Amino acid sequence: MPLHSLLDGYETVSAIPNMVFCETQDKGVGVTDIAVHSSAMESAGSCDRTRALNAFKLGDRAFYWTTRISAMLVLTLLGGIIISLVVGSWPAIVEFGSSFLTTQRWAPSAEPPVLGALSPVYGTILTSVIAMMIAIPAGIGIAIFLTELCPLWARPPIGMAIELLAGIPSIIYGMWGFFILGPILANTVQPFFIDLFEGVPILGSIFGGPPSYLSLFNASLILAIMVLPFITAISRDVFATVPPVLKEAAYGVGCTTWEVVRHVVLPYTRVGVIGGAMLALGRALGETMAVTFIIGNSFRISPSIFAPGTTISAAIASEFAESDGLHQSSLMLLGLLLFVLTFFVLAAARLMLLRLEKKAGK
Amino acid sequence: MNVFKAIVAAGLAIVSTAALSISAKAADVTGAGATFPFPVYSKWADAYKKETGKSLNYQSIGSGAGIKQILAKTVTFGATDAPLKADKLEKDGLVQWPMVMGAIVPVVNVEGVKPGELVLSGELLGDIYLGKVTKWDDPMIVKLNPGIKLPSAPIAVVHRSDGSGTSFNFTNYLSKVNAEWKSKIGEGTAVEWPAGVGAKGNEGVSGNVGQTRNSIGYVEYAYAKQNKLTYAALVNKAGKAVQPTVASFQAAAASADWAHSPGYYVILTDQPGEASWPITAATFILMHNEPADKAASAEAIKFFKWAFEKGGGMAEELDYIPMPDSVVEQIKKTWTSDIKS
Repeated sequence: MPLHSLLDGYETVSAIPNMVFCETQDKGVGVTDIAVHSSAMESAGSCDRTRALNAFKLGDRAFYWTTRISAMLVLTLLGGIIISLVVGSWPAIVEFGSSFLTTQRWAPSAEPPVLGALSPVYGTILTSVIAMMIAIPAGIGIAIFLTELCPLWARPPIGMAIELLAGIPSIIYGMWGFFILGPILANTVQPFFIDLFEGVPILGSIFGGPPSYLSLFNASLILAIMVLPFITAISRDVFATVPPVLKEAAYGVGCTTWEVVRHVVLPYTRVGVIGGAMLALGRALGETMAVTFIIGNSFRISPSIFAPGTTISAAIASEFAESDGLHQSSLMLLGLLLFVLTFFVLAAARLMLLRLEKKAGK
Repeated sequence: MNVFKAIVAAGLAIVSTAALSISAKAADVTGAGATFPFPVYSKWADAYKKETGKSLNYQSIGSGAGIKQILAKTVTFGATDAPLKADKLEKDGLVQWPMVMGAIVPVVNVEGVKPGELVLSGELLGDIYLGKVTKWDDPMIVKLNPGIKLPSAPIAVVHRSDGSGTSFNFTNYLSKVNAEWKSKIGEGTAVEWPAGVGAKGNEGVSGNVGQTRNSIGYVEYAYAKQNKLTYAALVNKAGKAVQPTVASFQAAAASADWAHSPGYYVILTDQPGEASWPITAATFILMHNEPADKAASAEAIKFFKWAFEKGGGMAEELDYIPMPDSVVEQIKKTWTSDIKS
């Protein structure tokens, strides 16, 4: 854009408020006149100019404070949530202390109640880790296909389909997992693994029977599908930041596509991809509705991934409504644990993406 | 600018009508609590509005939350499936009475087994839920069901994952009939389930049982009947196997000693009598004996009186059981003597 047109634009914009304040003196000069003859501004006296500038200053200050208050509101809200969580969970902290983290029992109606976070924490971490083990390779694979191999005409529809996955409400995933995926897994995939590893030491108990419609494994698979769009979208974006000259140079010395991806694209974007995976992990840790539907909501730790279990968010979702006293306080404490867990995961993700941006800026 | 003005005017109009309708509602009766009687309460409220023009707003937020709301005096009445004990009622200045009854039935999904065919005893049910009896062809089950061919498959146990009055009555029954259940697990709206998977709400349990082969669960009778689930018969305290029918629920209610129970604290599980269904349950209403809003309180009593007198048929349509007449007479006396108007 040529410089003079930019200046024109500036004068046109600034002349309009000026006109508003000096209207009484400049009667007969309409908005369009000022816009066309931008020199009309000079005809106004210097006092008007000061007034106009002061008005701008006031507007700017108001704008500054509006945005600043909005930003502070978010921080206040965040602080308020943390404080109310701590206050709400205080009775449980006092009662159980650090044993809350190491107790497996969850007996709200025992006398006195025994409540421990071990099994929901175990379920949360296990389902998220399995989901990541499935979603990261799949997501990166899709992103590589979309940026390196896919014919140009097919990229938008595939990319859009993946992004649409992120738009499906989680309750739909839950219902689909409950009615369709659960029976299929229990009748095909689970018996296959159970037979395959039967009698093998460790693996035999990890893939131990009996098959179940509701299990940690089913929940992990649904979580993997749910976080796939995040990993794919971020990986695709960071793959696009690889300078073409690097890839072309690699192709030039005779590298195959796999070698270019393995030795040029992935090393260049490693931090960004990890950051994207961490964001997805943050989502998987907190996912509630879909998981509540298919995990089985059972507070027991079993070595088998085909056994029912529970996660922090599923436990809160199913028990909070009818809880009171220490039970409710313990659910709050579970919420606080999840908050801390996701906070650290998301902070790590941000830090990694930040490092990538710095690198790209160099 | 004109468009903007029009939008503002329209917005103001909407807000003011909303405010008007809210202030109109404020004079109405509000209640909150148990989810189990929600269908019948809302049906009564509907019919009552048609007949008298007065509306009643009931929120089914759960028994525990209902008790909290009535204690905080944010509602006119609270509703709970697990009754409060007399000393607690006295301490908080509350009056309690049973409003309607229902029953809880075990439901199963075993190939070839028809509704009402399978017979279970309370002790056996406890052992299944304890995870001690794990196969359908366990000798204990076979002994009660000599005529039925049962598969040698593991029993998939389904329980409620959310706290509920249904679970309270079910675990209360298991505690009465199974000593090990009583010592290890006990009763409560949410207990430490030793086996099985949890599902949310009656619909979650019935969905799970319907979907999972060789499963067992427990739901409210109305739910089992309306969804045509395969329910099981139970052996009652008198040692007789009974089918879940309105007659067997009424038999259980009739044998209960309402008159001598302060605050109507009667849990209808494991009642004596040859025809009694062993897991029958009443659902209760809570009100303050010195209500803050006396007008709303009087309106609420009018509604309950109407429901006792004219709502019986509607309750039966929804597979609930109306309170026996003798109990209703007693409750009416309680209103006049205990609630100040």
